[in-house]
Amino acid sequence: MSKPKVATTSLAGCFGCHMSLLDIDERILELVELIDFDKSPIDDIKTFSNRCAVGLVEGGCCNEENVHVLQEFRKHCDVLISFGDCATMGGIPAMRNNIPLTECFDEAYRSGLTVYNPDNIVPNDPELPLLLDKVYPAHEVVKMDYFLPGCPPSADTLWAVLTALLTNQPVELPYELLKYD
Amino acid sequence: MGDAMKIEQICKSFNNDRTRLMDIVRTIQETFGYVPPEHYELIAREANTHRVEVESVVSFYSFLSDRKQGGVVLRLCNDIIDRFKGADAVAEAFEKELGISMGETTPDGLFTLEWTACIGMSDQAPAALANDTVLTHLTPEKVPGILEALRKNPDPQALVAECGDGGNADPLVKAMVQNNICERGEVLLADNDPEAGLRKAMEKTPEEVIADMKESGLRGRGGAGFLAGLKWEFTRNAKGDGKYILCNADEGEPGTFKDRVLLTERADLMIEGMTVAAYCIGAETGIVYLRAEYAYLRALLEEVLNRRRAAGLLGNSICGRDGFNFDIRIQMGAGAYVCGEESSLISSCEGTRGDPGDRPPFPAIAGYKVAPTAVNNVETYCCAARVMDKGPVWFENIGTEHSSGTKMLSICGDCERPGIYELPFGVTVAELLEKVGAENAAAVQIGGPSGQMLDRSQYGRAISFEDLPTGGSIMVFGRQRDLLEVVDAFMEFFVDESCGYCVPCRVGNVLLRNRLERIRNGKGIPEDLAYLEKLGISTRRMSRCGLGQTSPNPILSTLENFRPIYNALVREDRSGLAKSFDVLRAVEPACELTGRRSVIFHA
Repeated sequence: MSKPKVATTSLAGCFGCHMSLLDIDERILELVELIDFDKSPIDDIKTFSNRCAVGLVEGGCCNEENVHVLQEFRKHCDVLISFGDCATMGGIPAMRNNIPLTECFDEAYRSGLTVYNPDNIVPNDPELPLLLDKVYPAHEVVKMDYFLPGCPPSADTLWAVLTALLTNQPVELPYELLKYD
Repeated sequence: MGDAMKIEQICKSFNNDRTRLMDIVRTIQETFGYVPPEHYELIAREANTHRVEVESVVSFYSFLSDRKQGGVVLRLCNDIIDRFKGADAVAEAFEKELGISMGETTPDGLFTLEWTACIGMSDQAPAALANDTVLTHLTPEKVPGILEALRKNPDPQALVAECGDGGNADPLVKAMVQNNICERGEVLLADNDPEAGLRKAMEKTPEEVIADMKESGLRGRGGAGFLAGLKWEFTRNAKGDGKYILCNADEGEPGTFKDRVLLTERADLMIEGMTVAAYCIGAETGIVYLRAEYAYLRALLEEVLNRRRAAGLLGNSICGRDGFNFDIRIQMGAGAYVCGEESSLISSCEGTRGDPGDRPPFPAIAGYKVAPTAVNNVETYCCAARVMDKGPVWFENIGTEHSSGTKMLSICGDCERPGIYELPFGVTVAELLEKVGAENAAAVQIGGPSGQMLDRSQYGRAISFEDLPTGGSIMVFGRQRDLLEVVDAFMEFFVDESCGYCVPCRVGNVLLRNRLERIRNGKGIPEDLAYLEKLGISTRRMSRCGLGQTSPNPILSTLENFRPIYNALVREDRSGLAKSFDVLRAVEPACELTGRRSVIFHA
């Protein structure tokens, strides 16, 4: 039987959750015994090549591309996990949610104290995905199956969740793995 | 006289006392039409407090404003009963005639137009306040005439052509409000022997009075139903001098107007009950916390107090008894539902934001100014005076086993005879509906938004502490009503009235309402119902005071009793995409800013 596939992505996140994933250190050797990575920044595969058992989503959606990627994840993955606080709640990027997008642009590109922009333009290359009106946590865009809080969730937490899911065991997260203060 | 001097004088008239900040800023608002932010510093200095205290009081209460308001502030009642009776059309008429939107002031400075929460006139809706004057039975057709009259004579009192019945016609009240007393019970609205309760109480020792109160089984009428006698005993036995008697006349639960009628018709009985409480607790000071919406009753109440002082029923040596000294002041509220919660009410009396306090310690141990304080509802004090007059056994024999006496019920909504019904506890909902002429009601809300909504199968249940407790609000809804519109209005109310102190209430209510609206818009999935339940229970369990502990009830009780309505609105969705998320709408502002369309989604 071929190994189950796992996909990961970082949307409006800082890649910190992915760094935490790498923090499982040598256990990554055990992990690749259990799974193959499909689309993921870890192996740099850009598009889905197979149906995946698990999708790990870091970050919420701040632009149209995030939405597109997240919808693709939903289509291709059996189980989707909001992985870290940004995916779960929007996190730091969502701090802009109380400020209209125009004001964000003005402050960042037009009238901020350190801005030099004599043409008074905003970044508008067609390559740049359009920003959303606000930052959405993943579950407001597609159905998410599990939520793993933490900024980031620790490597041990991730390890516990992934191995449990992949070996068909109940997930046991002792208090130490979910306590962040 | 300059503004600064006027403010100094106002502060001085309240002895520069920081605990009277509510009265100070209210008086400043009356004088200037607002509380000028540029004088916060001065007010704070003169009242011996901090600027932030002044600012937080002004921003907390909806009747206080930091912007210049019109000479006449028109506050339209937006509770759901008023809306069903046409408040929206009335609001539109006002907006059209004045050329402004709700929340704005006319450029000539004559009028401010606002929505406000229930003003206690649901039996004569739609209603509004023009400054302190109550306007009832409004229609869009009446609006131009009202405004024309106010332009000629800016005193809203001149709008009252015909006074209501009973105390409403008193020269000190002169309100168009009708009592709408439909049924008088033997405890409160029957004729009573003035001062008999106080006289008989004073023939006994305070301990005997408390024993009588406990025996009578009188429970607090505000809703929580704590035994009044026990509360008084705790307060009497608590250590500390200068104990206080507080009367909660902050009847804010939408759909409740029974205290309005008691204050109009039974003010003496209420004060008599407070005096009995003072006698057995040993308190020398009482406060009646009167909601701002009932400011039109203030002059009447002051007169009652003065008359009683002159008759030796208040003040020093009451009824000639040496050492029995007790006097009462009226504390005006300023438009905050949460102040009906006893610890918030105490905060407000102390001149701060109406934040609820931590309990324990309960007010009986450490209440107003950290002194032992008995806080009871208007109706409870009225009942107490009657218990002393007619005896605990008489009282106990009325009602049910665990709910003695009668209950003042204020019934409104889709019924033929809305009004006040004083009935013994134990009356069933079906009996009530027959009395008010609403046998075909589709739903009945018991106890206001914080209570529960019943469907037909439950009309056999009884009004009582053991079955259906209520502070008095009963709203009847006919078949034509969209019950989720009612629930939405209730949630809007709680979102507005949450004091913001604790997260579960401040955030939970907003999330609950958002999800409800998603369902009402046809974007809901079955999981949303589980979400509402879970979040509702968390909000209820985790909130700090009674507001958040009951605010999810409209949703939770309809989920329980009217589940099919929700089920019909939610649809299973197998795509895994959230129906409530509209990506084209989400990119709209960016499209406008950049002048291009989405490459991915505008295909």
